[in-house]
Amino acid sequence: MATYPYGCQHSTIKPYINLITAGENMTTDIDTARIFTEKARIASATVERVRTMQQALDYAADLCWRNGKKEGLAPPPAMAAPALSPADFAQLKNICDVRGINLFRENLRSNLQGIDVGVTYADLGIAETGSLVINSTSENLRLATMISDIHLAILPVSGLRADDRDIIADLRGYLAGPENYTTFITGPSRTADIERVLAIGVHGPLELHILLLEETQC
Amino acid sequence: MLNTQDMKSYQKNIKESLDNVFLRKAMDNFAVAYRDGRKKTFAEIDFDELAGEIAAFKDSASVRLMALYEEFKRNAEAKGIRVHLAGTAEEANQIIAEIGRANKVKRVIKSKSMTAEETHLNSHLEKNGFEVTETDLGEWIIQLRHEKPSHMVMPAIHLSRNQVAELFTGVTRKQQDNEIEKLVKVARKELRTKFIEADMGISGANFAIAQSGTMGLVTNEGNARLVTTVPPVHVALVGLEKLVPTLEDALKIVRILPRNATGQAITSYVTWITGANPCESAPGKRKVMHIVFLDNGRMKMAADPDFAQVLRCVRCGACANVCPVYRMVGGHAFGHIYIGAIGLILTYFFHGGDDAKNLVQNCINCGACKSVCAAGIDLPRLIKVVFTRIQDNTGHPLQAIMLGKILKNRSLFHKMLRIGRFAQRPVTGGTPYLRHLPMVFFPEHNFRQLPAIAARPFRDLWQEIKPVVHNPVCRIALFSGCVQDFVYPEQLAAAVKLLAGKSIAVEFPMDQGCCGLPAEMMGETAAAREVALQNVKAMHADFDYVISLCASCVSHLKHAYPRILADTNVAQEAKALAAKAMSFSQFLHDVAGMTADDFQGEPTPATYHSPCHLCRGLGVREQPHALIRAAGFDFRPAAEEETCCGFGGTYTGKFPTVSSQILEKKLEDAVSTGAGLLVTECPGCIMQLRGGALMQGRDLAVRHLSEVLAERLK
Repeated sequence: MATYPYGCQHSTIKPYINLITAGENMTTDIDTARIFTEKARIASATVERVRTMQQALDYAADLCWRNGKKEGLAPPPAMAAPALSPADFAQLKNICDVRGINLFRENLRSNLQGIDVGVTYADLGIAETGSLVINSTSENLRLATMISDIHLAILPVSGLRADDRDIIADLRGYLAGPENYTTFITGPSRTADIERVLAIGVHGPLELHILLLEETQC
Repeated sequence: MLNTQDMKSYQKNIKESLDNVFLRKAMDNFAVAYRDGRKKTFAEIDFDELAGEIAAFKDSASVRLMALYEEFKRNAEAKGIRVHLAGTAEEANQIIAEIGRANKVKRVIKSKSMTAEETHLNSHLEKNGFEVTETDLGEWIIQLRHEKPSHMVMPAIHLSRNQVAELFTGVTRKQQDNEIEKLVKVARKELRTKFIEADMGISGANFAIAQSGTMGLVTNEGNARLVTTVPPVHVALVGLEKLVPTLEDALKIVRILPRNATGQAITSYVTWITGANPCESAPGKRKVMHIVFLDNGRMKMAADPDFAQVLRCVRCGACANVCPVYRMVGGHAFGHIYIGAIGLILTYFFHGGDDAKNLVQNCINCGACKSVCAAGIDLPRLIKVVFTRIQDNTGHPLQAIMLGKILKNRSLFHKMLRIGRFAQRPVTGGTPYLRHLPMVFFPEHNFRQLPAIAARPFRDLWQEIKPVVHNPVCRIALFSGCVQDFVYPEQLAAAVKLLAGKSIAVEFPMDQGCCGLPAEMMGETAAAREVALQNVKAMHADFDYVISLCASCVSHLKHAYPRILADTNVAQEAKALAAKAMSFSQFLHDVAGMTADDFQGEPTPATYHSPCHLCRGLGVREQPHALIRAAGFDFRPAAEEETCCGFGGTYTGKFPTVSSQILEKKLEDAVSTGAGLLVTECPGCIMQLRGGALMQGRDLAVRHLSEVLAERLK
């Protein structure tokens, strides 16, 4: 049916743009991604598009090396990816092992002073403000979004929404749970408390990288 | 802390703020940057509609606050949170200290909470042996300096990078340079250790959703997330007014709060916390979580027909950001704990009349706060109501009583003005300038020339200049206001000439007097009501429109009369008068239809000052521009056209030092357009602006719209 432009081999693909059936939605989807990217960048986030999870994980490793060097920390650089699926984590582990990155997924509390990169998925993206929605009830996931120098979030394009009204149903679901900690994240941590000059990275990540993943499963 | 209980100390404090060069520059830059940023962020969103929605659901919440509290408590406790209700600040502090003791807490970290400032929580906890560290950068800075916040959103806006560098050098015992990026990293490093060592985190909340028992935090730095995540215990101190019924309501707050507070579309983090979340360091690996709701006068407010709307406030701080007085004096001279227009009102309810009585007089009544309020709170009016209530309790000052008494008795008032004309002779020095009118009751006005009372008031000229109009297209009554009648009759005469040229029959009802706004400003509600009653009767004949050349008078006739006369037997007449009242420029442009065809003249440059009560009070913005252009001028809009001139009626009498500084900025802005003519539409503004331009020797003529138009009439 659909002509998927990126030649993925698996059958479970949900293509980002369904060129044949999309009709009006096609433009809407393209616009949503464009607006999301534009708004997230205004909020000082880095936004890139990746076709596969492999690309996303390679990106994470590159980022971690760069930060490890910049900070001049004793090697190896540290990366946490607490909430990745077992398959994605295994794949990332292979990459990190080859590149000498210390990757872990548990007990982030023993690293509260900071780690180089935290890799997470994002559940949803709000185009109007360039925001990520991350249900981070798991404490390790939550900490990964807080204590990392760089937070790298992988957002499947299928999670993009136009504005906050389009996430109400999901958010209501989260809030109905017996416990929940959900955050909208827009750009890195910032302050303007000294002379109203914008400074990035006070208590949270110094950088936010968002990878728009064009496949959801591949 | 600022002593606002005695006027002398308060005035001294204001003087110090005005003399603080850094503060003045910082506040000024902020005022301009905020205005532009806010405009940009609301480009794609209908602000009025959103503010209206917030007002609506907040009002529906405030009538059932207790029910919402019960609903929240039920839902949150089912999810493992303990919910408390504290009647007073003291009670809230005790509950929190007790939670600390029960959990063997030593070290406490806090994220920003105005509610905790309100209860003086830190000092209570410290007295009880806890070590408390603020983690919001601005809050940490002022905690280290033992100061109070000077802004609700930017608590350290009054400090320079040099002061912060010096402070951090002391804290770290290491020389810190004044680069802001580096100073921020110092805070990151120093405070990270505090997060790790802390036993308990205290936060506020921007909203609490009854339906799901969820609390929300709207933040930028990320410290609130660490405060609510790292320590085993989390306590949130939340004002009862933060309760909202549903998730949809909370999202509306998220939409408006950052935009209105700082011009950001959204903050870096919006955090939704529901139930006791997983926490590895807590017993049972579940966070020990408490939410303490604070009443401290809020329920009383909810039951007060005047003040229930105050509970709509989302604490964005916009009312301070646009306030011309705040811009001059900063937060330490403009609020007890809460700052800005809302702060003046909240001080009365949370901290009492003694702390509020002088603060509430420092409102210039320009309406800028009301126009940007995220929840449409009628802030200027409520400030006046607070002032009246305080005076009703403690006694009205003689000065105000006298003013009220005189204004109530029109013939006495006018007689005094006529006598004043003779009394002024020794001090006019042959010029038409002098201190006068309500000013006669106040000292210290040497920053601008004040005009003398005219040789003949307009009411004495009327029979001579009254034009005969055959077959009039409509009939109007002129409402002069006292300043134009007795000081600037030439402005009214010019208007009569313009109107007659368009075949409009003009009447000047002789029984009219002061509109009553000065009495209301002084908290003399009874006098304000009495003169309103007299004017409604005086203007009762069958006119199509009632026109005034004073924006404040029209605005008062239109918006205040129906309210203050609602329970009298002239309520209907007051409404009818309000419906007919119209500003001069609006009438000329919209009704009389004056265009470029009516005028001739050289394209000399002219700029314009929009009176507060015209642009914000009546929504008249474009008509004066159109008329200035129609008259052939090269119209040059000023960047701060809608910023108050600093007059504010009786305000300039009470706070001449602030008034003169606002005036100075205003004149600079007008002169920067390159125009030598400043046109406006309010005799009060003219008194201030012309007097200031003269005193400062500026090459700037200040004139009423009616005069410059009449001179160019074909």
